[in-house]
Parts: sequence; structure tokens; C-alpha cells
Amino acid sequence: MALVNNRLTAEQYGENFSDIHPPFETRDAALVEANRCLFCYDAPCIKSCPTSIDIPKFIRQITTDNPKGSAYTILSANILGGGCSKVCPVEKLCEGSCVYNLMDEPPIPIAKLQRFSTEKAIAEKWPLFQRKPSTTKRVAVVGAGPAGLSCAHVLSREGIDVTVFEKESKGGGLMTYGIAAYKVTPQFCEDEVNFITSLGGIAINYNQELGKTVSLADLQQTYDAVYLGVGVGLARQLDIPGENLNGVEDAIRFIYDIRTKGYPAIPVGDKVAVIGLGMTAIDAATQAKRLGASEVTIVYRRTQAEMPCTETELNIAKLDGCRIMWLAAPQEIIGENGQVTQLICSLMQLGEPDASGRWSPVETGETMTLDVDMVIKAAGQMPFEALVSENHLENRKGKISINDACATNLRGVFAGGDCVNGGKEVVDAVQAGKDGAKAILKFLK
Amino acid sequence: MADLSANFLGIKSPNPYWLASAPPTDKKYNVLRAFEAGWGGVVWKTLGSQIKNVSSRYSSVDYNGSRMMGFNNIELISDRPLAINLREIAECVRLFPDRAMVVSLMADNSREKWHELIGQVEDTGAHGLELNFGCPHGMNERGMGAAVGQDPEIARMVVEWVMEKATIPVITKLTPNVHSVVPSGRASVEGGTNGLSLINTIQSITGVDLDTLVPNPYVAGQSVFGGYCGPAIKPIALKMLTTISQDPITSRVPVSGIGGISTWKDAAEFLLLGATTVQVCTAVMKHGFRIIEDLCEGLSNWMDEKGFKTLNDFIGKSVPTITHWEDLDINYHIVAKINPDKCIHCGLCYIACEDTSHQSIKLAYGKPYNTYSVIEEECVGCNLCKLVCPVDDCITMVEQRKGEEYVNWKEFQRRGLPLNDH
Repeated sequence: MALVNNRLTAEQYGENFSDIHPPFETRDAALVEANRCLFCYDAPCIKSCPTSIDIPKFIRQITTDNPKGSAYTILSANILGGGCSKVCPVEKLCEGSCVYNLMDEPPIPIAKLQRFSTEKAIAEKWPLFQRKPSTTKRVAVVGAGPAGLSCAHVLSREGIDVTVFEKESKGGGLMTYGIAAYKVTPQFCEDEVNFITSLGGIAINYNQELGKTVSLADLQQTYDAVYLGVGVGLARQLDIPGENLNGVEDAIRFIYDIRTKGYPAIPVGDKVAVIGLGMTAIDAATQAKRLGASEVTIVYRRTQAEMPCTETELNIAKLDGCRIMWLAAPQEIIGENGQVTQLICSLMQLGEPDASGRWSPVETGETMTLDVDMVIKAAGQMPFEALVSENHLENRKGKISINDACATNLRGVFAGGDCVNGGKEVVDAVQAGKDGAKAILKFLK
Repeated sequence: MADLSANFLGIKSPNPYWLASAPPTDKKYNVLRAFEAGWGGVVWKTLGSQIKNVSSRYSSVDYNGSRMMGFNNIELISDRPLAINLREIAECVRLFPDRAMVVSLMADNSREKWHELIGQVEDTGAHGLELNFGCPHGMNERGMGAAVGQDPEIARMVVEWVMEKATIPVITKLTPNVHSVVPSGRASVEGGTNGLSLINTIQSITGVDLDTLVPNPYVAGQSVFGGYCGPAIKPIALKMLTTISQDPITSRVPVSGIGGISTWKDAAEFLLLGATTVQVCTAVMKHGFRIIEDLCEGLSNWMDEKGFKTLNDFIGKSVPTITHWEDLDINYHIVAKINPDKCIHCGLCYIACEDTSHQSIKLAYGKPYNTYSVIEEECVGCNLCKLVCPVDDCITMVEQRKGEEYVNWKEFQRRGLPLNDH
């Protein structure tokens, strides 16, 4: 038992990480589905999209042979509409509320159609948007993730000159660095960022990290407003013995490495335990399996009824051969020679509802031991508490507090996305960026 | 099981389905395939002076992903030598004696030419003749086809020429490219035709290619008006058929109904409005001859359910229900009712009524699902909501008479009853 990289052949890696939801191959194929759309009024799918994309309209525009109009309908509501079409948990958003579900018929494949309409626009950089003349106002955006890019795009369209400060060497944030490779490729993310900046008026300064190479005070002084979209950091600590052993890996870092170093470079155990059952846990578990781990067990302390991932995501893990251990909480990680060998789990049962309304798990006193050589932590992400506090930003356990106008306690400093909500979907961050931009525009008037 | 056999002026066929005079009936190969598939009869593609066709010839209108909802052609009459056509007709008659063989004719404009052609065709053993007074493209520019059918006096004259010579039943095919088909129909009946058929195709442009800016179908940078057919024209054909069925002169002769017939239901509707047989073309050009199976089975099952043993039991049965607007009962009133258990919350009824009708549907906001209900006192019973609703029987129209007795518009006025106040 050991952590080993380069377990598979190039073909196997290629197959394991190929597009999980392949696109429509032809326009005809897209039309079959597009023509099924009923063009609902005040459509449930729109109401279930955090960015309120006019879905019936963009689908109708596919059927009327208006691809530019269709792309514009999507991207004007959600500038990351291309990426979202690949990573959104649509089964609980737009597609989940499609009225066809009420007829027990398959919903319209909205994500697939959205991909159909955006992919070409992004690849060919269609000039769908024009900037208004420069207002000479300048805004700094911290973080080139979904929230920051969405905010920057809205602001630039209104003639604001935007400078984005990004700690990584590429834009896209979580899209580029934190999502399973079989959902969206780093190349697509790069194309999407380039599409967004092709509008003009958005300069991204890479390798610039707030609190290190950039200070909030400087930004406040140099720019007319600042938008913080810094996201969240590494996975939550388990706070159990053995957490520092070799082979205990952070899911965020694990996925980051997969996306930056190439599949053969990533070591993975024979027997892997993944702690948690959010989207990130699924992405970590499935990719560990796809990198060649022989056994992957997802350890979750509650039951399927409370799980944060969607059933569709859970099914991806199951189909990949991942095992799910329900009602089990990590208690201790055992090692030999500094290397993980076992994970001891407390077996749980459901007790009283907690603050989230879900039954809270309580220990039964029994334990179970898993032989593992790798433990991946994916039980939620931690906000950048120190960074936030150092900059005197009001916060709740590191999550930046904002008012109804997206403003922080610091004048001219706005915030949104994961750094405010603690970590939601990409599409939620895009909407937060739009809201932030709207608030900033009002502030600058 | 119902008897589907048809008898049109003594021309017998095992079912009422004939292939219309068109490309599917222009040679023995196709006709034999059609007979083998089970078609009751054919009207052989129009014979006359041999012509030359162009390429391309067809274009269509697609709708919401459905291809060829409407179909258009600029093909002329048969472009094959007359002698070959005549020989093949005779062979088909010999090989399938139980099927109807009607031959469509369009002679040049002289009594002699018509007489000569009729003599030649009758020698094949064909059972009937159909006079093509309807072709709307090409031939009419030469004074034939629709040019004959559009002028009742010319139609009468040509029918008279034909009747001087013909010894087998003559069916005159009417063009819809007129204000009313009745004048030409009457002239033809008065001229002696034994039967009528309608409608021929409707002059059309199916669309303009938005790249080349040339309308369809494209012929070397140009196009011409074509003849429109297919499912899109069925309602127009049904209306024209009904006017022929209602007219005291034209209703004296049997009618072969044509125009967008694709299913057994379409056929049943044509028969109910007075057709004795029906002719099909576009549907087979889209799907092939195999659709004859369901055309027969569906009609037979429906007849069994309705207790109709033969076609004559229901031919023309719906004609008397088509009346004048002034005879409609104003006290008859229906209102829409939405079944909440069936509603899928698509909002299509709401927006149709709200934007384009009587604001009779109430929206109660919900996330993500709104709920919709009918404001009965505002509902005029127009059917629009029911028509747009994607769920069968989700919206039903419930009768709520305004009064017990039948009151038509004349009586309504005579009594000075109140008009709408808003």
C-alpha cells in the first residue's frame, strides 16, 4: 500500500477524464431537444437559476437559427454561462424545475443546450458586448474567479476601467482550479477568461495576492472602489489525531494539483478514504478512482437525506465504483512510519435537528476501522479568516459581512461570492458579482 | 370489422385511399410498389404533350422541428413519352385489376387533342379519367391547368369536349387558386362531369433562402411560384370540399377529396365532409407507401368504435353541422376550467389569455411554480387556453348556458338583448 503516481496509460487517463457530459454533435441533435421546450411563461427554470438566465428565450433562439442571439441571452445574464453549462448542478436548479418533470418526462437538457449556444461564442470570441465609453472611474477587483470576473465584466460594460488582482497565474478561480477535470478542462476555463476580457477595459494582474503583494489599503487609495471576490481556502481541518500524517491530503489541493500538474504526476493511494459528501468530496473521490486507486470510500456522518451533493453527483461516484459509508465520522487516523495506514470512524446515528434543520449525527459509541493509505479531507472549505480580520473587515467566522448593497464595513469596499457565503455554486458567485457591480455603479454615481 | 371498400362512380377500390396524380404515380415501378403496399388506387400522373422538367423541383416549410409541414413543387405534368405511360398503365391494370386506375389528363387546348388523348388512355383499360384543371405552375402559363379551372366558362367548354368522347367516368379536378371553387365546380357539373376532385395545390412561395436571397426551390439563381400542399393546406381543402358538398349543383356528383391527408383521421374528416374517396401525395413523399397500413387500420378501428359498417354510413355526415354564423346559438356559453392536478405550471394559458385575449386567467406567484386559475366571469369561452395547453384534458371547457333557449343573432337583435358593456 502506497501513494503512487503514473498508475495508468495515457489512453486510460484520456478516457477517465474525458467529458462526462458530451456536447450535441450536430445542430439537428440540439434542435430535437430545443423543439421540445414549451417556452413556459414566467418559467420555473428561470426562477431556479441564480443568475435568472432567460432559458426559454435562449432555447427558442436555437430553434429560430439565431445563435448569436441565443449566446447573448445566456451571457448577458451570466458571463460564465459557458462554464456553468458544464459545472452547474442543474438537477437541483433549472432542469430540476423543468415542467416536464411534472409530466414524468425527462426535463429539457438545458445545460447541454446552453453549452451548445455558448461554446462557439467563447471559442470564436464573438463580439457580443460593447463597452460604453470610459467613465475614467477605476475599480479594483480582487480575485479572478467567477464572482470577480462577473463583477468586472458588468463594470467594464458600463465604462469602468477594471483591474483584477489574481493570486494564481490563471483566471477562473474555482472553475480553473477546483472542479473535476471531466467536467471542465483548464483550457476551456482559459478560453472563457479570454472571452470575458475580450470586451476590453479589464486588466488582470496575475500572481498578485491580497495581503502579500497587494494591500487593501493601497487599493482603496488608488481605486474608486474595490470588490473582493477572494473565495475560500483549503478544506476544513478534521481536528483529529493523525491529521498530519503523510497521505492525508486536502481535497482542494488534490484537485488543484490534478488541474495544474497533469494526471500522471498525481500520486494516489490504493485505498482511499474521502471525508465529506459535498460536490468537492465527489470530485475528489471520483478523480482518485479515475487516477487508478483501487478502492475509494466516501465517509459521511449523516445519511443520504441530508447529503449536500445532489443525487446525480452521488451517482457519478457510485458508477465510478466509489463506496459510501453512511453515518460514519472520522475519529482518528493511524499511521506507521509517518504514513497513513488506517482510518478509525465513529459510527453515528441521527439525533435532534441542528441549526441547519438537518438531523445532527450523534455517536453510537461503536467504531469501524478502514485500512487506507490515503485520506482526502473534503468536509467544507475554510474562509480566509486571518486575511479578513487583518484588514478589519467585519465577518462571521471569516465570512465577510456585507449589507444589502454588497458593501462591507469599509467605505468603497464591496464583496461577494464564496468569501461572503462560505462556498456555494459557481452560478451563485456569478450572480454575486453582478450584484456587486450594480452596487458599485450606484456607489460611483 | 368495417368494410373499407369504396365505389366511386363504379370505380371500385378495396379502400378509399388513392394516390394523387403526382410524382409517386408517374411510372409502373412506383405504382406497383404502391399496390403491393395496399393502396386502393392511383391517379396516374397527368398525361399530355410531353414536357421537360427542371432541377430542383421541391421545397418545404418545416415547423418546430417537424419537416415538410407544407410542401411545394414546380414539377410539370409527366415528362415521359406518352406511349411508355400508356403501356405501363395497361400493365398495372392487368397486374392489379382490383385497384382503381384513374388517369389524369391535360391535353393541349383543342377538342381534337382532348379526344385523341382520351381515346388512347381508354385503350389501356383504365377505369376513369381525371381532368387536371388545377396545376398552378408552368402549364397555366401555356393556357392549361389552373388557367382552365379558374375560368368557369372555359372549364365548362373543356368538360363538354371530354364528355363527347369519354366512355369511362370523368372526374374534374378543381383548382383552389380562386375566390370560390363553386363556380368552376358548377360549370364542370353542368358541362357533364361525372365527379369532382379537390383541391389541387395552392400557389405559393415556401420561403426565401436568407443566404442567396433567392426563394425556394432554387433553379440557377431563380425560382417560380409553386404548388403548395401537405398538412398545412388541409383546413383550406376541408373548407373548399364543404362548399362543394353544400352546393345544390356540385353536390349532385361524388367527390374525391385531396389536400394534406396524412393520417386516417384526416381521411375520416374528408369523408365526413362529403368525399367518397381521398387522394394522398405529400405524406407518401415523406414516408413512403407503407403508411397505407395505418391509414386503413386506424380508419377501420374508428369505424368499428362508431358503429359504421361501410364508408357510406358516414360520408357527408358532418356537412349539415356547418351552418351560417347567424344561425349559431348565442346562449351557448362555455368557460375554461383548469385541472390543478394535471397542470404543469407552464403558464402558456395565462400569457395567451393575458396578452391576447380576455385576461381571464389569474396568476398566483410561486417559486418556482406559479398556479393558475380561471376567472369565470371574464372567460368568453374562446378555447385559446385549452389550445395552447400542452397537457391533454388539463383545461376543459365547461358549458354554462346564458339561457335555456336557442337564440341566434337575428333573434338576439330583434329582442334588443344587451351587448357587452366592457
